[in-house]
Amino acid sequence: MGDFHNPEGDSDRFRFRLGAVAVLVLLAFGILFARFFWLQVLQHDFYRTRAEDNRIALIPVVPNRGVITDRNGVVLARNYSAFTLEITPSQVGKLDETIDALAEVIDIQPKDRKRFRRLLDEAKNFESIPIRNRLTDEEVARFTAQRYRFPGVEVKARLFRQYPRGKVGSHALGYIGRITERDLKWIEEAGQLANYKGTDHAGKTGLEQHYEFELHGETGYEEVEIDAGGRAIRSLKRIPPVSGNNLELSLDVRLQAITEQAFGDRKGALVAIEPATGGILALVSTPTFDPNMFVDGISPENWKELNEHPDKPMINRTINGAYPPGSTFKPFMALAALETGKRTPQQAISDPGYFTFGNHTFRDDKKGGHGTVDMYKSIVHSCDTYYYVLANDMGIDAIARFMGSLGFGQKTGVDLGKDDSGESKGVLPSPEWKKQRFKKPEQQKWYSGETISIGIGQGYNAYTPIQLAQATATLANNGVMFRPHLVRTIVDTKTGERRPVEPKPIRDLDLKAKNLEVIHRAMVGVNKEGTGARAFAGAPYAVGGKTGTAQVFSLKGAEYKAHAIKKELRDHALFIAYAPIENPVIALAVLVENGGFGAQSAAPIARMVLDYYLLGKLPAGAAREDPAAVEDDNEE
Amino acid sequence: MIDVIGYARRGLRALVAPIDFPLLLITLTIMAVGLATVNSATFDGNHRLGAQAINMGVAMVVMWLVARLPPQKLMGIAVPLYVVGLLLLVAVFLFGIKVNGAKRWLNIGITRIQPSEIMKIAMPLMLAWYFHKYEATLRARHFIVAAVLLAVPFLLIAKQPDLGTALLVGGAGFYVIFFAGLPWKVIFGLLAAAGAAAPFLWTMLHDYQRKRILTLIDPTSDPLGSGYHIIQSTIAIGSGGPFGKGYLNGTQTHLEFIPEKHTDFIFAVYSEEWGLAGNALLIFLYLLLVGRGLMIASAAPTLFTRLLAGAITLGFFTYAFINMGMVSGILPVVGVPLPFMSYGGTALVTLFLGIGILMSIQTHRMLVKK
Repeated sequence: MGDFHNPEGDSDRFRFRLGAVAVLVLLAFGILFARFFWLQVLQHDFYRTRAEDNRIALIPVVPNRGVITDRNGVVLARNYSAFTLEITPSQVGKLDETIDALAEVIDIQPKDRKRFRRLLDEAKNFESIPIRNRLTDEEVARFTAQRYRFPGVEVKARLFRQYPRGKVGSHALGYIGRITERDLKWIEEAGQLANYKGTDHAGKTGLEQHYEFELHGETGYEEVEIDAGGRAIRSLKRIPPVSGNNLELSLDVRLQAITEQAFGDRKGALVAIEPATGGILALVSTPTFDPNMFVDGISPENWKELNEHPDKPMINRTINGAYPPGSTFKPFMALAALETGKRTPQQAISDPGYFTFGNHTFRDDKKGGHGTVDMYKSIVHSCDTYYYVLANDMGIDAIARFMGSLGFGQKTGVDLGKDDSGESKGVLPSPEWKKQRFKKPEQQKWYSGETISIGIGQGYNAYTPIQLAQATATLANNGVMFRPHLVRTIVDTKTGERRPVEPKPIRDLDLKAKNLEVIHRAMVGVNKEGTGARAFAGAPYAVGGKTGTAQVFSLKGAEYKAHAIKKELRDHALFIAYAPIENPVIALAVLVENGGFGAQSAAPIARMVLDYYLLGKLPAGAAREDPAAVEDDNEE
Repeated sequence: MIDVIGYARRGLRALVAPIDFPLLLITLTIMAVGLATVNSATFDGNHRLGAQAINMGVAMVVMWLVARLPPQKLMGIAVPLYVVGLLLLVAVFLFGIKVNGAKRWLNIGITRIQPSEIMKIAMPLMLAWYFHKYEATLRARHFIVAAVLLAVPFLLIAKQPDLGTALLVGGAGFYVIFFAGLPWKVIFGLLAAAGAAAPFLWTMLHDYQRKRILTLIDPTSDPLGSGYHIIQSTIAIGSGGPFGKGYLNGTQTHLEFIPEKHTDFIFAVYSEEWGLAGNALLIFLYLLLVGRGLMIASAAPTLFTRLLAGAITLGFFTYAFINMGMVSGILPVVGVPLPFMSYGGTALVTLFLGIGILMSIQTHRMLVKK
């Protein structure tokens, strides 16, 4: 490049470059001028006619949102049409005065005003915002008569989303709400912005959000001729919208409703999966909420109440709650021991009731210990000492590797929420995890003492109920693993084509049949003669299960007395189960927050679910309800 | 006796001393046209005339304050301003607030700021300062350092993502490097490389960005989306004809066919009402603006002031060209306002910072020579 420095030449060169730039600027403006000449002189007639025709407005016609039904065809989400009174703020001078004047014609409550204010804050430019929903015919007539007084205010027919089953299954369904700026960006990135002209609602959580672009449909449009004042004179052409695709779920809404009832006012979660497909039969997170509240724009009071409620009803515990699995971890530990050759089923330990490592003593629940314990007994009676020793023998890396292959500590990819952003990963403890989790070097090191309590599902272990259910289903399915999913079939409304969702397994763990046999037998033993025996007394089917109790709060060696501890600090109760053992059609994981022992509060819920699903038996005291009847009540 | 006339005269002299009248006259004329057009665009909805007049007043105070600073002072703030701008961009990258899915804003307690806006001025200042500092020993490596100084903020802004602003900031920096004497060989080499990389870049764009470009080729492919904007604004311009439909008579505008008609698409409103004659006038005004800027650059006494004046002037040209090109359908739709015409306070303040700098360079010329 050579000669950069030449003070004499610098100034000349600069002037030369200024000249070159001036030529470029002239050229660029010349191109613009040529373009204007083309548009305004040569093509002027064409565009003048277009502008005169441009009394033609394109009015988007919003498609019907897809309908969601359960596995038996019961409708869970649908649409109905109703009149709303809407204001276009950009066309109205003084909003408050207009609303005051409107209130003389149509009943407008303070809550309507508040909601309007909130929607106004979130609104896109130039759109109309509802001030009242669901106008009666009389109200429509009254407003129409006085319409001339209210420029920028109009009555519109809109489709509303309706969830006929109310609170049932709300964490699975999710809800729709008005499109916010953030939603718009998402829609734009999906290349759907044009298709959402005229649409003002989109899925916010759950299935409604995950399948937003399936459910939405294709917006049609109408070419309308308008006069100079902007009023429509006649319709010239109409491209009809295409309704959104319908979703058929694997979920059984009756099972869902019965399970939610079984929880009563307890907090918790239950996920039931069909092991052979990964289809979710029930996805319960309590407390629940009524998604219908969100459809018209939720009132600030309700929103505040839902968000600030100590029981956190808006949190979907099945995918966002991470809990230590407690003793439900033991069958998987035992399986890991067999598969890695660390144990044979017959190998037994003598349990003194504790295990000492270094100068720390790990206690068993049972004082004095369980005596001689082999693998069968370790599961049936939930012996902690057996698993302290086992975890120590296996080492953290082998444990993490095996549990990782069962999906612990990873997002399952269930079809809820936007992508998988709504799902928690939980914690699969390992030295690598610790290195990433902590910043200080002294905290990053994995101590072998920390491995011990991992063996009984405590320590850093934290998994979501759906991960636990997936692992249970995988065990029930002899190691063939599926991604849990709620949608079984997407029905394309345009072609009528039925697209099944993921009937293919994601992996086969290649577990040895004889090892599986040991675990299955022990888990049946749990419910026959072990910790689950009372809950499953008299069950006419063979069921594999395991109880679990997860510590919320460390007692530092003191004895656990449920009644002496505040409710929020009581242990979480867990139970996993699958049945019938010969050919399981359902696998589940239950968690009751602060429920104490798994056998006490979680196992009876599992019993109710299995009794209903396998035998059609309704739990005592459960309201007999017929979903078909509920649907009739909601018919317009 | 108080010498009232003497005080007044001295006061007036202090007031007008930093002003370059040709430049002031040109910008005032464009702004008058802009104000009239904002009035037409917002005539039957939310009036913006008063608000825009206030914006202009504030921006002109900023201009006057900057114009009073001698270029040495400007050199003094070049590095700190660039460093602050860069730190703020990094802060945006780390803790920026997401608005519309893009991280552009930083919350500083009382208000939110958009650091990329600072870079529009800080970038040319910094690079001009840098070349000035090494004027006597300019080598190839200085151009490489300059390219890095340009690339870091550019990438940070592009990452936000805000490709439009990134290109404007990158452009401002590139103009400085160009005026500093980047060899033609390198310039043409870069152009050739960009041409060769285009297919690759195409695959890196988001779907919606690709769509915007495709829409340009065939607007009718997306009549409800961004094609709509282009269709409607070209109809507005074309139907304006040679002499326009007359002030306040633009049917396209007043029937709400033009989106963002008082901001990014204000040119469509103007063009419909004043026709080709009006467009010619506006282009002429912008040419005068650029011409005056280039004159100031040509007469500037130091390398710093030459480079800065040249880059700022070309910046004005870039804004005007991109905006009018976009509205008339020959460039893709990106969010660039039309300088001194579009409604909006932030853009005006940034523009008048530039005008103020040009005036400072012009009116302090003699002092430097002495």
